[in-house]
Amino acid sequence: MLYMAFRIALRALGRNKLRSFLTMLGIIIGVGAVIAMVAIGEGAKALVRQQIASLGTNLLVILPGTVTLGGARTGFGGRQSLTDLDAKAIMGQIPIVAGASPVLRQIQQVIGGEQNWSTSVQGIAPEYQQIRDWKIVDGRFITQADVESTAKVALIGQTVAYNLFGDENPIDNIIRIKKIPFQIVGVLGAKGQSGMGNDQDDVVMVPYTTMMKRIMGVTYIQQIIVGATSADLTEEAKNQITLLLRERHKIRPGNDDDFMIRNLSDIAEAASNSATVMAVLLGSIASVSLLVGGIGIMNIMLVSVTERTREIGIRMAVGARSRDILLQFIVEALVMAAIGGALGIAIGVASSSLIHRVMEWPVLVRPDVVVIALLVSGGVGVFFGFYPAQKAAHLDPIDALRYE
Amino acid sequence: MASEPSAVSPRAPHAAAEEVIAIRDLRKIYRMGDIEVEALCGINISIHRGEFVAVMGASGSGKSTFMNILGCLDRPTSGSYFLEGEDVSRLTPDEWALIRNRKIGFVFQGFNLLSRTSALENVELPMMYNSLPSRERRERAVEVLKLVGLQERLDHMPNQLSGGQQQRVAVARSLVNRPALILADEPTGNLDSKTSAEIMELFQDLNDREGITIVLVTHEADIAGYAKRQVLFRDGLIISDKKVRQ
Repeated sequence: MLYMAFRIALRALGRNKLRSFLTMLGIIIGVGAVIAMVAIGEGAKALVRQQIASLGTNLLVILPGTVTLGGARTGFGGRQSLTDLDAKAIMGQIPIVAGASPVLRQIQQVIGGEQNWSTSVQGIAPEYQQIRDWKIVDGRFITQADVESTAKVALIGQTVAYNLFGDENPIDNIIRIKKIPFQIVGVLGAKGQSGMGNDQDDVVMVPYTTMMKRIMGVTYIQQIIVGATSADLTEEAKNQITLLLRERHKIRPGNDDDFMIRNLSDIAEAASNSATVMAVLLGSIASVSLLVGGIGIMNIMLVSVTERTREIGIRMAVGARSRDILLQFIVEALVMAAIGGALGIAIGVASSSLIHRVMEWPVLVRPDVVVIALLVSGGVGVFFGFYPAQKAAHLDPIDALRYE
Repeated sequence: MASEPSAVSPRAPHAAAEEVIAIRDLRKIYRMGDIEVEALCGINISIHRGEFVAVMGASGSGKSTFMNILGCLDRPTSGSYFLEGEDVSRLTPDEWALIRNRKIGFVFQGFNLLSRTSALENVELPMMYNSLPSRERRERAVEVLKLVGLQERLDHMPNQLSGGQQQRVAVARSLVNRPALILADEPTGNLDSKTSAEIMELFQDLNDREGITIVLVTHEADIAGYAKRQVLFRDGLIISDKKVRQ
């Protein structure tokens, strides 16, 4: 009997293809929007996760200041509680730490090769290379000797090299930072964009001692970056560093730490979560248009029932029962919603790939989202088709046959 | 009369003419607000298999109400209606739908075909509600369309057919499930006199050759003249009931 209902419904829909199509339009647009929006959201999530994975999951970042109850950081620039001796102690006294490097950062104007360029100047230790997995394509990295002698040597990233020296080899050239001449001893390999969106190749690295004494004139350091010996030991390393620093900073039990240790995978998680929130938000907005599509089906079906009153009367006269009519109209709604859903999916997938091609945004169409969209559009069809179908099924045949 | 089972009626017509319709003291009262209208005031009538009956009467005489009850579309207030020996006057709407499907064929003044649907599919419509497999449906539909002379127009849409041809399709549709009776409501009302004559001759043919029982409503005397028996309604009662030809 269900099969017969399908045949009757399909014939009825085919009789007025234009009206059937217009009814479906709302669902087509709704589903298409959902698929495209969710694909963009999922693409962003996947990209974030991928980029953060490339940063390494065994990294810890130690910052001065405390975390308040609200999770907000205080004191970056307040109590400067980290010193380079802390970094040395961490590396020397904790075996599961593979390397620790002090880090200082400041945006500075760098002059060289008759150009100037505003970039991020970073003071680091030799360990930084291994911790961050930076490759050198020319020359050498900063050495311990450079650090001890506060040498005026620098490494430059690909973007800086290109903007100051073009295609020329920059090694041994002089650049000026705050009027101080630095000799370029190495060129860093390319790293691309970070998960946060900044250009990692737009950087100049100098020994941290040089940064502290000559460029910034400070005795504290801004961060310590630590690499654990393996990803699963990272959390344990964090615990041991905490104990060590509390002891070194003479913090009494019960008092807060005067520093914060961030596991990079926590940051990755947070970034991934916010990408998820964005994806859900986009999907919800698009779902509203799916709802509108359902309302469209209901409206047009109500009009359709009125227009087809005579037809319903004829069907009842030749033997259709109330439930035959109900089933016919619900199946019509279901078929329209399903076809609309399928077309919407096709359009959604096509627009996603168009957006990817034109705007170069990452997109990811997940098969489970497609299936859900199809099921939801079917559900929308049945739900919004029910009321018109009920109206049709409860027509009185005598009145229906007389209807003009 | 033919001695083998006909293409349209359920039983060999030479069997003892049984009572297809038995109506006893049928009454129908409509309540409209505070006013009660007695549309039928006690109808008694018997119609046997193979009869061709014309029901006549002015507007408001009760003939439409009578036809609605006969067609299992409306319930009498009191009295009984036996169709082929079964009391059908107080069945549920779903049971009525089954009776209409199997036992009654309708022909309307306005043809009432589905638009944008071929003649063949229109004729198949009653069979869609008793779940015949599609090959049998098609064969049966072609058979009845041949019977009314439209075998050349199986795939035509109603807007490609003349009024007379559309009514023929409607007649074919009414025959497709081999009903016990055909109910025709002013079947020639929308046709010119020449086509009206053709359709009435078709009814006569079906009645004479195939033995199908026909009850037809009309207000035109010359249309009623094609029938074998004429029943006249006035003010909710049958005031005359006479045989007019053999």
